[in-house]
Amino acid sequence: MTLEARALLALAGVYDPELDEAITRLGFVESCVISDAGDVHVRLRLPTPQCAPNFAYLMAADARAALRRLPDARSVTVTLQDHYTAAEINAAVARDAGFDGAFPGETEGDLAALRALFQRKALLARQGRVCAALLAGCSPERLVTLRVADLPDIHEARRCVALRRELGLPHGPDAPAFVAGDGSPIPAEQLRRWLRRAQLVGTSLESNGGLCRSLLAARTRMEAAA
Amino acid sequence: MYEKDGERYFVVDSHLHFWDASPENWVPGQERYAKGWIECFHAYQTLAPPETHWPLEKFQKYTEEDFQHDVFDEGYVDVGIFQSTYLKEWYVNGFNAIDQNASLLERFPGQLKVNGRFDPRDGEAGLRQLEEDHARYGIQGVKLYTAEWRQGSRGWSLADPAAGAYLEKCQELGINNIHVHKGPTIWPLDKDSFDVRDVDYAATTYPELNFIVEHVGLPRIEDFCFMATQEPNVYAGLSVVIGGFMHARPRFFNKVMGELLFWVGEDKMLFGSDYGIWLPKWQIERFVDWEFPDDPEYSDYPRLTTEGKKKILGLNAARLYGIDVPAEALPVADGARLVEEAA
Repeated sequence: MTLEARALLALAGVYDPELDEAITRLGFVESCVISDAGDVHVRLRLPTPQCAPNFAYLMAADARAALRRLPDARSVTVTLQDHYTAAEINAAVARDAGFDGAFPGETEGDLAALRALFQRKALLARQGRVCAALLAGCSPERLVTLRVADLPDIHEARRCVALRRELGLPHGPDAPAFVAGDGSPIPAEQLRRWLRRAQLVGTSLESNGGLCRSLLAARTRMEAAA
Repeated sequence: MYEKDGERYFVVDSHLHFWDASPENWVPGQERYAKGWIECFHAYQTLAPPETHWPLEKFQKYTEEDFQHDVFDEGYVDVGIFQSTYLKEWYVNGFNAIDQNASLLERFPGQLKVNGRFDPRDGEAGLRQLEEDHARYGIQGVKLYTAEWRQGSRGWSLADPAAGAYLEKCQELGINNIHVHKGPTIWPLDKDSFDVRDVDYAATTYPELNFIVEHVGLPRIEDFCFMATQEPNVYAGLSVVIGGFMHARPRFFNKVMGELLFWVGEDKMLFGSDYGIWLPKWQIERFVDWEFPDDPEYSDYPRLTTEGKKKILGLNAARLYGIDVPAEALPVADGARLVEEAA
């Protein structure tokens, strides 16, 4: 596989933390250029110049970290385009200065708590979709006894396990297939209510993704016309 | 009044603007923010049916004639409520400050209400201003934008002690309707700026006030819904839900409406066009025609009846703002009850 192909594959593993969708699928990767010497240049572009700086920073920093894991990339440059804090974010990402390095005095902590908060939302939404699909052929009582090993081998379920690992929740093959925020199994009598919440969070994330796609398309159209 | 199939809908548009975002109003040195803000709004307009789009120049500044045509002549709106938005860091005279919106009050007597605003960072002077705005315009509500920048500060929270003094002042003056709009920045920047927990705190602390969360807390509909189930004085402002989703993303419109009907309920949802972003006409026509598609994906959601649509389009807001509703637009049950009471 060429370095370019592997770079794009690496970027496909970088998620918008707020939407829990890959930045490549969302269309946020404007360009990925590899020089003959193996220097990787990636430009990211978000739906609006005012997108929240914290999530914008995470995407740029995560993209850079993913590309730097490619052994034959000689150098990696990730820049955010046309964002009102692009200068601050690009400078901090380039020198691994962290979010507080980008906005000194304007932060209280790093972005770990924000990331975890949205990983929890993503986990709930994805578990809800997997669970709803399984409920079509399985009673709630039976469903809550399923283990991770019983989950279907689909992206949605694999992503749930990955999120649980990142959040430090039980995720081994014998762990419950569906867990509450603290890692405990869902009691059968609470399953419907839990599912309702999961469905709401899922609708929220999906519709935000829809809005982002619409706005990015509008931005691209307007700039092409200008 | 909008009429369709023999039904009459009294329309209160709870979210209107009369803004000036033309380059003449941009603060020198802040042009990129003033320009970025209005261009972002303009992108949102593209989510509407194409025949309703405006060129950027008109979108930056539209006229009183445009307003009359779009809102009253063609837009079916019986009473409109201005949500004043200042942004004076970027716009010299404000984006649509209260006096700018109020300049239309005389032209349309009885058809418009103007809401004020406050910003707790304005301190004592802001409290006096709120009193003056109340005395001058009889405001019944305020529109709060917690992500507003001010002299290096990138926003504020309704849980700030300073905000409490303002909410108490609102309560004292009878400014009962607190419209809250969240935005993409707030201090500290590492926190989620769209978090609505501060609204939850304020709604619990001030139970006599109504908190209308604009754009249903988008992009945090889930946080908003969980809060609204617990707080009887929290309402959903539907602008962006109808304007941003119904045409561009109808499936998400169905799902978001379904969630709102389930968690918040038709008694606590308020129509708002967000004009000049989106015109009221198409939103009202299509909302009245809307129903869930016959698809299992939506089978779990509560249905919305004609009576429910009447509440959302006007009767709920009329209740919050004490607006008289003509008898012919009252729900059948209410009309019958009034007759009984009279007898």
